[in-house]
Amino acid sequence: MASVIAGDRMSSPHGPSAGSGAVSIEGVTRRFGDTIALDNVDFSIDDGEFVALLGRSGSGKSTLLRLLAGLDAPDSGQLTVPRERMVVFQEPRLLPWKRAIENVALGLKGSQQLARARAAMVEVGLGHRFDAYPATMSGGEAQRTALARALVRDPKLLLLDEPFAALDALTRMRMQRLVEALWARHRLSVLMITHDVDEAILLADRALVIERGCLLTSVKIDLPRPREVGQPGFVSLRKRLLGAIGVADADADAAAGPETTLLTANPPLDAPIPASRSRIAVA
Amino acid sequence: MRGNAQPIPAAARTASVSSRQWLRIASPLALLALWQIAAAEGWVSSHTLASPAQVLASLWALVNDGTLAQNLLVSLGRVVKGMAIAIVAGGSLALLAGLSRLGEYAIDAPMQMLRTLPVLALIPFFILWFGIGETPKVALIAVAATFPIYLTVYAGIRGVDTKLIEVARVIDLSRTALIRHVILPAALPSALVGLRYAVGVSWLILVVVEQINATSGIGYLMNDARDFMRTDIMVVGLLIYAALGLIVDIMVRLLERHLLAWRPSLLGTA
Repeated sequence: MASVIAGDRMSSPHGPSAGSGAVSIEGVTRRFGDTIALDNVDFSIDDGEFVALLGRSGSGKSTLLRLLAGLDAPDSGQLTVPRERMVVFQEPRLLPWKRAIENVALGLKGSQQLARARAAMVEVGLGHRFDAYPATMSGGEAQRTALARALVRDPKLLLLDEPFAALDALTRMRMQRLVEALWARHRLSVLMITHDVDEAILLADRALVIERGCLLTSVKIDLPRPREVGQPGFVSLRKRLLGAIGVADADADAAAGPETTLLTANPPLDAPIPASRSRIAVA
Repeated sequence: MRGNAQPIPAAARTASVSSRQWLRIASPLALLALWQIAAAEGWVSSHTLASPAQVLASLWALVNDGTLAQNLLVSLGRVVKGMAIAIVAGGSLALLAGLSRLGEYAIDAPMQMLRTLPVLALIPFFILWFGIGETPKVALIAVAATFPIYLTVYAGIRGVDTKLIEVARVIDLSRTALIRHVILPAALPSALVGLRYAVGVSWLILVVVEQINATSGIGYLMNDARDFMRTDIMVVGLLIYAALGLIVDIMVRLLERHLLAWRPSLLGTA
């Protein structure tokens, strides 16, 4: 098993200055036995950037997040991650024997821990649920608590591992708005794993597609905020990303050619979309 | 049972429920009455089994002259001392084995082997080592109760959700805080099951050790009564053992309800 403090040990002295939320990864490889989970991956996140990481299950996206979170160590490569990083997982992972406020305040250092925890809970809209036990909270409330637990520690980098996947559609939309607002207010860098292309387009500055341990596509998303599903430019971005993930049908793949669609980083935004793809957009 | 599917009127349903409950009490009451009649009619000699009325009279007498209270305290004292030692010993061993690799190698294997020994088979050794006074009695209860506590606390510690451990790593929790806030509370439900089990085992061992060279305690009371063929007092002893077991089990359940108030199944019932 890998060491706990991998991220810190791997930090390069020439990396981003302290106080920056920037991430850089160079030539990172991670194997599990014969399986290569990450294959010589390079990428970076600018300070304050919101990056969505798209990929199917088994593509290596969770491995990448665990490396960045310091929960796992790479077999080779260079990893520069801010020490102040927090993770919100798909499940809230609250301690069931502690009330919400105690979960948020757990392990806080410095003064006024409870006051800071309360402020964080108010910020995520849970000012009325301080004393609730996790078992009595809804999925959305529990996930907000997990978000407060991360925010109260003033992270420079927030890692989100499919944080809304287990929530119902309405709650998910509200949580997406909340995360966007918190990101804007706290000037965080965010890496969010998702397999929801719409979610990536709604929130991220850039979407990365990972497949079989390799980062394939990076798509800049410069739609004006606040964004809405179906605003101009949305549909074509969705088609591009769906194509990159490989959800496109065989005709479209043949027409576009996997080399051009999948392996080109940062293709121009106005790249023509094969007509046969438009069917997918409705799906 | 009913052939037709017609709805039963509410009143009829309540009546049938209460009459069913009454039937449940009726059967034991009938047996008790039969027992009384059998004794009164001389079908069963009081040297074989005293009548319920005799048992009640003896209970009353033993309560009034203080014999019962005195011996009850002695028996309770043995269990309390044995359990206290078992909780400290079993708990600490489980913490050492559960929280460190070295501890696991050093402690878990011998504990797993020793727990297969039938504790009662140790009585000759304990008499040899500790004589026939209070020490072997308390020691035997302690040894027997240590195992359920050790096993459940150890399993509880090892069964902690690794996802919660990961959270502790992400929020940079210290090792002491991890043990205090994550591992021990997670092990508590399992530990309380162990406690209940250990209490049950303690009573069992108590009954056996009090049959051996005891000069006080409920078991002594029963043994002494046997010498005089006082089956009424022997039955009183049985009743006391049963009541004690029941009372302590209820106490552990209350403790459980208090300590595990956060559990979904207990929320809203407290």
